[in-house]
Amino acid sequence: MSDAEANAPKALFSARSFSIASVSAYLQALPLAIILGAFLLLPIMMIVVVSFWDYDFASMYPDFVTFNYGETLGSWVTWKTYLNTLKYAVIVWAITLVIGFWVAYFLAFHIRTATMQTLMFLVCTVPFLTSNIIRMISWIPVLGRNGLVNTALVNMGIVPAPVEWLLYSDFAVVLAMVHLYSLFMVTPIFNTLMRIDRSLVEAARDAGASGWQILTNVIIPLAKPGMAIGTIFVVTLVMADFITVQVMSGGQSASVALMMKNEMSLLQYPAAAANAVILLTLVLIMVAGILRIVDIRKEL
Amino acid sequence: MISEKRGREFYILAAFFGLFVLFLYGPLSAVFILSFQGPNGGLTFPLNGVSLHWFANLFETQAVGDFGGSFFRSFTLGLMVMVVTVVVSLLAGLAFRRKFRGATALFYLAIASLVVPSIIISLGIGVLFQQFGFQPAWYSSAFGAHLTWTLPFGVLIMFAVFNRFSPSYEEAARDLGASAWQSFVHVLLPMIAPSLIGVGLFGFTLSYDEFARTLMTSGTYNTLPLEIFGMTTNVTTPVLYALGTVTTLFSLLIIGTSIGFILSMNRRRRRK
Repeated sequence: MSDAEANAPKALFSARSFSIASVSAYLQALPLAIILGAFLLLPIMMIVVVSFWDYDFASMYPDFVTFNYGETLGSWVTWKTYLNTLKYAVIVWAITLVIGFWVAYFLAFHIRTATMQTLMFLVCTVPFLTSNIIRMISWIPVLGRNGLVNTALVNMGIVPAPVEWLLYSDFAVVLAMVHLYSLFMVTPIFNTLMRIDRSLVEAARDAGASGWQILTNVIIPLAKPGMAIGTIFVVTLVMADFITVQVMSGGQSASVALMMKNEMSLLQYPAAAANAVILLTLVLIMVAGILRIVDIRKEL
Repeated sequence: MISEKRGREFYILAAFFGLFVLFLYGPLSAVFILSFQGPNGGLTFPLNGVSLHWFANLFETQAVGDFGGSFFRSFTLGLMVMVVTVVVSLLAGLAFRRKFRGATALFYLAIASLVVPSIIISLGIGVLFQQFGFQPAWYSSAFGAHLTWTLPFGVLIMFAVFNRFSPSYEEAARDLGASAWQSFVHVLLPMIAPSLIGVGLFGFTLSYDEFARTLMTSGTYNTLPLEIFGMTTNVTTPVLYALGTVTTLFSLLIIGTSIGFILSMNRRRRRK
């Protein structure tokens, strides 16, 4: 961190060139601002507007009605779906946090050469750069009724008949989500662990701390910013997920985004928009809560 | 921990790591093996002979819809997203090195772009195009939708790169009489080139595999992930796995090439 602070851009510019420099900074930032303005801010504003519109089976009409919210919030199906989505978020978060921490800890503190560290980290990263849908489908021959796991269990005589709940169940949804999203926890935690000053660990050992005490009193507290960033990724990805829920539950479970997708396929855009506003508010509150603990810009 | 002898902790964690890697690659290898299923084989083990039947099947348009066309669209879109992501992230990274009004707001806008649920962006852009009377298409609306996902990654990577980049190199170049442009092209750019390739790799692969953001924004013609998703519901033969194998091998090729580039650049620089 001290390194980054020392390298932070200082007043390199004289008074005259400062104005040129600041103009060029605006010009350099402009493309990003335009793209995010057009494809992020504008669409979200549009959603907020449309959520107050009226609609019928074919079209929607500019209006100011609140029944899209009333219907969404007044239905127990909505509340059940939100609860179900939050349930997935909590379970997947807890599992990826445990996996992410131990994998990152192993890479950061047990692998001795930088080359080996990079190589093993790449081994973890590569699957995440391939198609999510293919990775989801790949569970079918493993977990299906005649899949690898069931065949093995039956052949070994552990179960008399194939286990039905392996695929198309909440179990399958959580498993696939952990499979898809765990790297988003590994990477930020690995990043923070790599920046822990090793002399702190030495000092703790010299002061007589056991391995366990070093872990709980030195390393885990220092790893918290990485865990917070990983949490932001995993929680927002799970809250936004509909395809994993749809494919892996076989249509038996619901999530908020899946509910939105169904409304959209019925052309009920204002209803979907009201749902979107509620979901977005919830997600932003969760992220804002986590950002109170961690300053992302300091962690990069 | 950092002691000379490997302790019990090391072996437990190594086993855990091994299981994690198996968890990541196991299912994918099942798909890979099953894509060589014989012509009469089904979606699960055991293999009923070994053949390339399903790969041949892949290129008959009747069997799997428009594989060639959707691949072409996804590939082109990926390249477009890659180029724009690299250029815009680099420019934004340069901008963030200086103080300018609105820098914090823009930074948090980029973060917001990362956390806003993808289906909301899909819906928003879809409705926006509809209301303004534009025809959504993979090269316009889906292109913009993908950028909202790749740009934040690019910006964060550039932010991290410039956090660690000492301005003294450019000062030295300036002292030696280099113009601002010369020091950018001959000093800064070569030094951050490996990171830029990384940003490009992210841009391409994230776009190439994106599904949720394309759902409402692709218009008439499907991209490859949409095509594959359509297949999951109505294709019941191993041709699905053949498609999975082909697209995954393609992704691996892209990743391998990029990493090769980065490594050779680093090696060349170290030799100097």
